Amino acid sequence: MSKKFKNMSDTNLLLTITIVVFFVMYIGAMIFLGSGFLKPQTFFNILNAQAALIILSCGMSLVMITGGIDISVGGVTALISMCCAVYLDQKGGNVFMAVVIALLIGLAFGLVQGFLVAYLDIQPFIVSLAGMFFARGMTTIVNSNPFNVENEAFVALKGTRIIIPGLGSVNKIGKYVDAYIEIGVIVALLVVLVMFILLKWTKLGRAFYAVGGNSQSALMLGINVKRTRFLSHLLCSLLAGVGGFVYFLHVGSGSPSHASGAEMNAIASSIIGGTMLTGGVGNIIGTFFGVLSLSTIQNIVSSAGLDEPWWIGITIAAMLCLFLIIQSVIMAIRKKSVA
Amino acid sequence: MENNHAKQSKGSSFFADLTRNQLFIPMAALLLLLVFNLIMDPGFFKITLGYNSAGHPVLSGFLITILDYGSELAILAIGMTLVTAATGGQDISVGAAIAISGSVLLRMLCGTNTRPETLVMPVLLAFVITCVVAMLFGAFNGTLVAVFGIQPMIATLILYTAGRSIAAWVNNNELPIISEPSFAYYGGFIPGCPIPTPFFIAVLCVAVIALVLKFTTLRLYTQAVGINEYSAKLNGLNPVFIKILSFVILGLCVAVVGLIKVSRFSSINYSVIAKDIEMDAILAVALGGNALSGGKFNMTASIIGAYVIQCLTTTLYKFDVQADALPAYKAVVVIALVVLSAPIVREKLAALMPKSGSREVAK
Repeated sequence: MSKKFKNMSDTNLLLTITIVVFFVMYIGAMIFLGSGFLKPQTFFNILNAQAALIILSCGMSLVMITGGIDISVGGVTALISMCCAVYLDQKGGNVFMAVVIALLIGLAFGLVQGFLVAYLDIQPFIVSLAGMFFARGMTTIVNSNPFNVENEAFVALKGTRIIIPGLGSVNKIGKYVDAYIEIGVIVALLVVLVMFILLKWTKLGRAFYAVGGNSQSALMLGINVKRTRFLSHLLCSLLAGVGGFVYFLHVGSGSPSHASGAEMNAIASSIIGGTMLTGGVGNIIGTFFGVLSLSTIQNIVSSAGLDEPWWIGITIAAMLCLFLIIQSVIMAIRKKSVA
Repeated sequence: MENNHAKQSKGSSFFADLTRNQLFIPMAALLLLLVFNLIMDPGFFKITLGYNSAGHPVLSGFLITILDYGSELAILAIGMTLVTAATGGQDISVGAAIAISGSVLLRMLCGTNTRPETLVMPVLLAFVITCVVAMLFGAFNGTLVAVFGIQPMIATLILYTAGRSIAAWVNNNELPIISEPSFAYYGGFIPGCPIPTPFFIAVLCVAVIALVLKFTTLRLYTQAVGINEYSAKLNGLNPVFIKILSFVILGLCVAVVGLIKVSRFSSINYSVIAKDIEMDAILAVALGGNALSGGKFNMTASIIGAYVIQCLTTTLYKFDVQADALPAYKAVVVIALVVLSAPIVREKLAALMPKSGSREVAK
């Protein structure tokens, strides 16, 4: 057992911890809080609500694995929601072009930020901080009042529900309700799958880990470090574009206060999922479970009757703190056992 | 052009040039902003002596606003510079920590009554308790960073997430209002003195830190830890203590700013107070030309940087930019500044004259 523990890579060890914690938490909630958590739809609702965050967190993990950080994703999400909302509602555009707009905004942010970070060697934190400022400010400049989108094609798409057979439940008035997920969830799962394959089995994916672990050695191995850094930021912002549209699809409105704190939630999810900010360690599957753990704990806190507004913030912070300390202690033990 | 000179002169005067260069960036930015304002509207520099609602003489004008609000930022920049230098990271929880300090201060002054006629305890005593609380939170951040080796940005993310919730919790989500007029002096004006009090508080803080840096080994030790933690340890320093100390000092700065902020309104709004101030404080440090990756620092440059940031904010407000749209303009300025001060760009600019095919070599 202990030999196996030593032979496991850092990435796999942290991944195992995350998955175990998630299942313990969810099963614990089923046993002690019962009712709500026993319904499959509760789980699907978590997915529905967090689809955008899953996509954002995937991008965030990618940048963090490469040793950078991108705190602009929340702002980009808000900007995309607002731009798409204005385009669909006031300019009478179609949904397909809205998706293109979302991707283009993400791409533009990725190109600029990636260039500044990789080729001009400016700290990613400062670059994406400016990116966040810019996106938040632009959102207000585009339109400062929140409003709902009433474009027919969009509302139809937003209301599309994918029924999962056999997992429905009987509601209070005795009617059978099907379990469902939204389109965003499918997109999110696809993103997770693609990113997992990219990181695990492609040359580029391995380059991300190499650059994050030790950029000096990566350079000596013949990896184009600058291009890899550039691509990681580009991909992250592009995913922010995808996530931004999925977010927009879920909320169906534009508002300057949308997705506030999303960047922090994405970072927290990545960390809980076992990604280390020092770079080189992380896993997309872990990130996926990180997002689920984060929202499960929120659900648990509110179902447990602690519904004063401050409890959610405090619990998330406590959970983040716990995971950070676990990570740091485990790493310290392993470093000692290697030496 | 200044850069070219610094590039050419090598040898013993190199470090002298470097320090001059570091003050050069914020000074040039300040000058640029002031000239811009002078051309656009000289009214920017107008200062008028008026009387406030209580009948005391007060100065007003855009420059006074910069002096007033820039002072908050300058106080934070002191602590942020030390944290940046010692840990190579930034504290993003200062805004949330200010909310906590403000909340604790009000709780101490008001007790359980949210509309007290008289204060429960002297302001000084309440302020000392607030300082202790803020320093404890600083020590919490510092412990996570120094003992557990968590990156500062991520460690302070914890308090960033929880801070405003804790602040609301301290006062049971109520908003106490202090009617005692003397409490408003700290963030406003002392009767008879037309200059805003925060400026004097900032001067006091700057004087204290200047004396500390001059007469103690704080500067040397902080820089040693920031440049190379391991060799600092081999030289008999205690990096863990130095790092925690820098966070505790930042906690003290946070408590002072908390006092000013709460005093301005004699009340508090947990979700709005000191919003995004952490970003401004970090920008002040960056604008001062301090490496955000730690090591050597220049306190004067950071403090000037803080006033420059406030000058920028005030200039934007003057042009009727919406408060929420402000960040977009700020971002453009920030990017321009960091791009201009990036080493690679400087080298390119210096090598612009002879058109040699200087190739990018990855470091």
